[in-house]
Amino acid sequence: MSARENLSMQDITLKYWKIGDNVSLRDAFGRILCHLGAQRSDFFLFDADVAGGTGSKPFVERFPDRVFQFGIAEQNAMAAAAGFTTTKLIPVVNGFAVFAMMRSHEQFRTAVAYPNRNVKVCCSHVGVDVGPDGATAQMLEDLAVARSIPNVTVVVPADANEFMKAFPKVLDHQGPVYMRIGRSPAPVIFNSEHEFEIGKATVVHTGKDVSIVATGVMVARSLEAAQILKGKGISARVINLSTIKPLDEDTLLAAARETGAVVTAEDHNRLGGMGGAVCELLAQNHPVPVEMVAVNDRFGCSGEPADLAAFFGLTSGDITEAAIKAILRKVPKQKFHNRR
Amino acid sequence: MEKPEDIARNIRKALLTMIRQAGSGHPGGSLSCVEILTCLYFQEMNIRHENPVWMDRDRFVLSKGHACPALYSTLALKGFFPMDELDNFRQIGCRLQGHPDATIPGIEAVSGSLGMGLSQGIGMALGAKCLKSGFRVYVLLGDGDMEEGNTWEAIMAAGRFGLDNLVAILDSNEFQGDGPVASQMDYNPVGEKVSAFHWRFLQIDGHDFKQIEDAFREARNNRGKPTFIQAHTVKGKGISFMERDNSWHGSRGLTDQEYARAMLELGEPVL
Repeated sequence: MSARENLSMQDITLKYWKIGDNVSLRDAFGRILCHLGAQRSDFFLFDADVAGGTGSKPFVERFPDRVFQFGIAEQNAMAAAAGFTTTKLIPVVNGFAVFAMMRSHEQFRTAVAYPNRNVKVCCSHVGVDVGPDGATAQMLEDLAVARSIPNVTVVVPADANEFMKAFPKVLDHQGPVYMRIGRSPAPVIFNSEHEFEIGKATVVHTGKDVSIVATGVMVARSLEAAQILKGKGISARVINLSTIKPLDEDTLLAAARETGAVVTAEDHNRLGGMGGAVCELLAQNHPVPVEMVAVNDRFGCSGEPADLAAFFGLTSGDITEAAIKAILRKVPKQKFHNRR
Repeated sequence: MEKPEDIARNIRKALLTMIRQAGSGHPGGSLSCVEILTCLYFQEMNIRHENPVWMDRDRFVLSKGHACPALYSTLALKGFFPMDELDNFRQIGCRLQGHPDATIPGIEAVSGSLGMGLSQGIGMALGAKCLKSGFRVYVLLGDGDMEEGNTWEAIMAAGRFGLDNLVAILDSNEFQGDGPVASQMDYNPVGEKVSAFHWRFLQIDGHDFKQIEDAFREARNNRGKPTFIQAHTVKGKGISFMERDNSWHGSRGLTDQEYARAMLELGEPVL
């Protein structure tokens, strides 16, 4: 068997990572792009000189004819992606979130989302997870700006294996999708049997006293928090909210009804992100105490991702404290009855 | 076959009537591109009004989206939708939005935010190459488009990609929203700039059918490079009191008297 044939055999049997491995979701992006690249010819990569940084480099090397290099000109890449869809081919725009999502945001809004173009925008460099590059590259507003636009689906996988499950669904979905990739190595929490559906949240840990709704890198930390809480006699439900829009209202409202208190956890600004989306839903349908674990409306800074998580209050300890606070804010049933 | 001069006159009548009906809608920049649209839709482009999404159709992007009264009138005269739909322009519940909306038959791209049209055309032209389809892409730019950074990103990329299936036509009427281009942000001379970015550059009178036709033919015969046509035009062309008067740029309606006078100049007295 030639090296090339050997490589294509590897593509057919897609390899997942083991639970507990530490893997950047960028590696998953490169791996799934190559795997699907060998299977289907309907998608093309729109790059803005960041294939190395976003993890798509293996695809660029393997399928050079299916890559358009726009240089550092994201507005052009985004609007061109909109035009490209008139041929029924699928453009995958990759970039750092600040550049691909924010600099070309109007192109995304007006040329892509308004006419519901089938464009996929996959961005690395989100949250303080970016690390040493500091505030200019740490996008803490992407979920807010993406989800506030009509027609847009927003997907945030929690680990490398979920990314590999999610990306084919994102490609098959008709309409614009914004997808977070992430940057730093993150613990693998799902095995290869994990099922991903757009718009479906998954309960990854059962519990009845409080629900922790987490997204992206915060899911693994929330699972740690659930273990800490268990040691304190508190039963915490952990929900992986991997689609920020549309929201899985059933799973979230059931969590509010059944546990009576909610914590949201995201590596994003506290304003306008996943926590905001959950609060909008709960406030209108089933109000319960909510505590939000997120960056508290400030810019990021340089540092190692783990140190930044501690500095900005995004650790399992912060989630644990928030859970206890939320539980303490529940209206005691006894008092409520007495008042009546 | 109808003479292009007659088609252009009918487009002018239709667009003024719809703006009159709506009470607003950019007459000046609509009137300046009528000959270009006439030539594209009634001669140059390979399109099927009965099947507007046919895959191998030539594609047109109106980057200067505010001139949509001219495009809507052209599409209606070409049979993409009924003429009487023009009466609903800019009204609540209508298809014919104040700037082009992609759900309208024959409209290929959303525009109205200047600077995004040429990029969308690039995406279409790249798609044609991927599909190995021979369709061609035409993008009509306005003066204002030339001041947007996005347009220059697109000029840089189209030259680099060698998109010989792409033609940019600049409706160079020398005015923008708030005044003459020369006083706002003069982007000229444009020829040297686009040539340096590896485009083929042509300059024509944008109201002369022969020159427009010849430029499109030259673009078709040109290999390896996109073509940029600077079409020198007159804002408000065809209506004496609108020509070069920039107060007719934007949302100004026509009084009964103005409308009657304009229609009379087009040979259609209002009774």
